Amino acid sequence: MSARDRRLAELRARVPEVGPAEALALQRAGAALIDVREPDEVAQGSPSGAERIVRGFLELRVEQAVADFELPVLVMCAGGVRSLFAADDLLRLGYRDVRSVRGGFNGWKSEGLPFEVPRTLGDAERERYGRHLLMPEVGEEGQIRLLESRVLLVGAGGLGSPAALYLAAAGVGTLGVVDDDVVERSNLQRQILHADDRAGTSKVESARRTLAGLNPQVVVEGFEERLTSANVERLFAGWDVVVDGSDNFPTRYLVNDACVRLGLPNVHGSIYRFEGQITVFHPSREGRPGPCYRCLYPEPPPPELAPSCAEAGVLGVLPGVVGTLEAVETVKLLLGIGDPLIGRLLHYDALRQRFTEFKVRPDPRCPVCAPGVEFPGYIDYQVFCAAATG
Amino acid sequence: MSHATVRIPTPLRSFTGGADELRVDGRTVGEAMAELGRAHAGLLERILDARGELRPFVRLFVGEDDVRHLDGLDTAVAEGAVICIVPAVAGGRP
Repeated sequence: MSARDRRLAELRARVPEVGPAEALALQRAGAALIDVREPDEVAQGSPSGAERIVRGFLELRVEQAVADFELPVLVMCAGGVRSLFAADDLLRLGYRDVRSVRGGFNGWKSEGLPFEVPRTLGDAERERYGRHLLMPEVGEEGQIRLLESRVLLVGAGGLGSPAALYLAAAGVGTLGVVDDDVVERSNLQRQILHADDRAGTSKVESARRTLAGLNPQVVVEGFEERLTSANVERLFAGWDVVVDGSDNFPTRYLVNDACVRLGLPNVHGSIYRFEGQITVFHPSREGRPGPCYRCLYPEPPPPELAPSCAEAGVLGVLPGVVGTLEAVETVKLLLGIGDPLIGRLLHYDALRQRFTEFKVRPDPRCPVCAPGVEFPGYIDYQVFCAAATG
Repeated sequence: MSHATVRIPTPLRSFTGGADELRVDGRTVGEAMAELGRAHAGLLERILDARGELRPFVRLFVGEDDVRHLDGLDTAVAEGAVICIVPAVAGGRP
């Protein structure tokens, strides 16, 4: 008897085995099914609902997938041999009820049991996103989620530039860019998506070129239109997150109202000279609903009290900080990790180099997001802001 | 009477000679604002409307709490409190 066969006989004596049909019944009853095959094998198909942890990392990662040591665990490989070794490892780790699936995935498939062809990362993606894959908070699953995500950027200016660059670099699969402006040389002090030789080019086209250069995998959907009440629902449909990098109050209230109506998280950043504000508005968030922009600022300032950066200036690096923080919040929302800036307004003072956090609560009398309030419809936001008297 | 620090946002610093923080005395946020207004002409009108109510595009925070969710302008000011004036800002377009 070879050493291999002797070892397998020992394992079979210790590790219970189940057939594929019984494994499926156990999985449906709540057992965890772990597919320990290599990525290229999994790419051909894997049981529906299985955890996929390559055997080499099994002991290191299994607790993230199966936290309960009392839960029955089913281990699967291709033919039912490697899974014996893997099951033995899990028993030693302390899992109480571990079984190896006899016949492995080949048996599973030939019995016609349900499987899926999971989205996996190719070699080029593994190389590009390697630093993400090392972190359990992202990992392959999180990276795939980013690749399948869709984020709409309102504005490809000072805030939208760093946000778009980092989201593209992170592998957010589809980025929408809404902007009807063209690149001007005075933009380049802060709008790092654009370039000196693109003065006169549309910002959407310029953004597309820069983002393609950074990460050609990212799909950029450009909308060379001014956001209005008439087009907002068409432009906002089908995105996971909206990043507000707009530059005027009418657009900010319109973005807010549309996000509330469509249930979209609204990642907000705004800047003035040396100061920035960052928060996430998401009144429809499950479990912990947050406020909307109108809960924070029910009305805009009248135009004469709302000096703009075009008149008052802005430190070029400031939108870099604020837009980058918007990108951080966006990635967190997409991955469902960390504590989002919902119900919290982060204020940044560049001169003091100081961050201050304030609580922001939903306004029970908010005209657009209060519970039970029917959406009042889009208004004429130019008139709303021009008529503000404060 | 408590001493408090009021943080002045950039758009209102033209009223404070450029100062970004001022020390004021007052038992309440309203008293602190009134003192600020007496010392710096034109400032109070940017924070309160003609009826003396907080303008809807300016938030006042005592520590991290919005005074709207406390007692408004009657919110008591503890010794050493920090009051932040945070106005809405939009961005670039005039």
